[in-house]
Amino acid sequence: MPAVGGSEIERVFREEYGRAVAVLVRAFGDIDLAEEAVQDSFAVAVERWPSTGLPPSPAGWIITTARNRAIDRFRREASREDRHAQAALLLESRNEPVEGGPVRDDVLRLIFTCCHPALAASAQVALTLRLLGGLTTTEIARAFLVPEATMAQRLVRAKGKIRDAKIPYRVPGESELPSRLRAVLSVVYLIFNEGYSASSGDRLVRDDLCAEAIRLGRLLADLMPDEPEVMGLLALMLLTDSRRAARTGADGALVLLADQDRAAWDRGLIAEGQAIVRECLRRNRPGPYQIQAAINAVHSDAGTAAGTDWKQIVVLYDQLLVLAPNPVVALNRAVAVAEVHGPEAAIALLEGLDLEDYYLFHAVRADLLVRLGRGVEAVAAYERAISLTTNATERAFLERGVARAAES
Amino acid sequence: MQQYMLTVHSVEGSPEPSAEARQKVYRDVDAFNAELRSTGAWVFGGGLHPVNTATVVRIHPGGEILMTDGPFAEGKEHVGGFWVIAAPDLDAALAWAAKATRACAAPVEVRPFQDIPPD
Repeated sequence: MPAVGGSEIERVFREEYGRAVAVLVRAFGDIDLAEEAVQDSFAVAVERWPSTGLPPSPAGWIITTARNRAIDRFRREASREDRHAQAALLLESRNEPVEGGPVRDDVLRLIFTCCHPALAASAQVALTLRLLGGLTTTEIARAFLVPEATMAQRLVRAKGKIRDAKIPYRVPGESELPSRLRAVLSVVYLIFNEGYSASSGDRLVRDDLCAEAIRLGRLLADLMPDEPEVMGLLALMLLTDSRRAARTGADGALVLLADQDRAAWDRGLIAEGQAIVRECLRRNRPGPYQIQAAINAVHSDAGTAAGTDWKQIVVLYDQLLVLAPNPVVALNRAVAVAEVHGPEAAIALLEGLDLEDYYLFHAVRADLLVRLGRGVEAVAAYERAISLTTNATERAFLERGVARAAES
Repeated sequence: MQQYMLTVHSVEGSPEPSAEARQKVYRDVDAFNAELRSTGAWVFGGGLHPVNTATVVRIHPGGEILMTDGPFAEGKEHVGGFWVIAAPDLDAALAWAAKATRACAAPVEVRPFQDIPPD
């Protein structure tokens, strides 16, 4: 058998960690036990695989080894009284399949448990990254810029609530599924956005978050191919991610969509995202993620910024506003309207939006004011925007705007 | 079966509901109680008199008992009543809580009981 390198084991770890944890949580009914067993199992793999080569089914090997390790641990640690019950439990779990239908259900169960609405959103995100992505507490803490002890406590509390309040390990029924699925999708999108938009903190960790969100998106798409919003979210992430390299200049400065070097966009991701968007259109069961993906697909279609089909984008925002009526969508729609009907029409749409504390509201307003030749008001709007963001890249971008507005 | 406590929280000084609204709450809570009983989820439950009837009993460092008039919590929110129910898991308990909050028109907090150690 060929020798296996560290990166190959790393790849198996990323792909199989969540699956192995999912299977063992069901077998043991205990998250901590499942995690420990899977970690043990990978530790053995790291020792053995470089000389023995990859086993025929790495996932199966990891799960079987983890199960046997946990059984050994049970035998050593269990008291005489509950040994009988555990033996029965383990006997039952020993000969279960490690691939195919039941495992897919286990992965879904784990996803829905991690994203249960009885857990705080921050805990849902942390648990999903920990249990499904195999990220360490240290990595998650670094990605979200919180102290490691805080993140560790967040995870312990969330797992404690799952155990003590008996959050069930199951895929929600038909009637609950739409709202529960929304929670899952919003966790994945939150992970993606955290990686994509915040530029403070460790760049590598942040790129990892985007990759992990997309991996989770693909996993969901594979598990629930009939849910159009699952496909929509995946397409949205792929199309957004396709522009990552063009999004910051050589000096790390933010580059707006209109000014990006479109040759630097990732054609492979665009093709994949657009194919999913076309499939969603064909299905005709629109939802907020699908429409946002479609908007991104229109941008991806344009060879130049001037060639963008803004009319189509306004139509899509009109639809999005019906499905997800919120002021941020209205703000984005106004940006598109400015391109079709001019800044005067757009600035009128900003009146009455309840976004006083949102930096992008003031940044958009500042830009429209510059285009209307109202420099003094534009400077004030830029300054308000600057006071509302802590992100260094965004601040630098806005400060360049102030300088431009002052000249106009 | 896991036992959960469903606690109804009422806010002191919030506007008095009309007599009609109160009658509806009574009817809805009765119906909710009947449903709990008929499905076997009922363990115990009831509404409490207003907080001005409460007395707090505590122990002093010296060991003697001190009683004070009024509720323990200094805030304006107090427990107005509660149920103890038996449910297979949190989702089932939350489904009962959703019915409870509709019936009594107030927020309901769900908390699991610790496992009762076997005799």
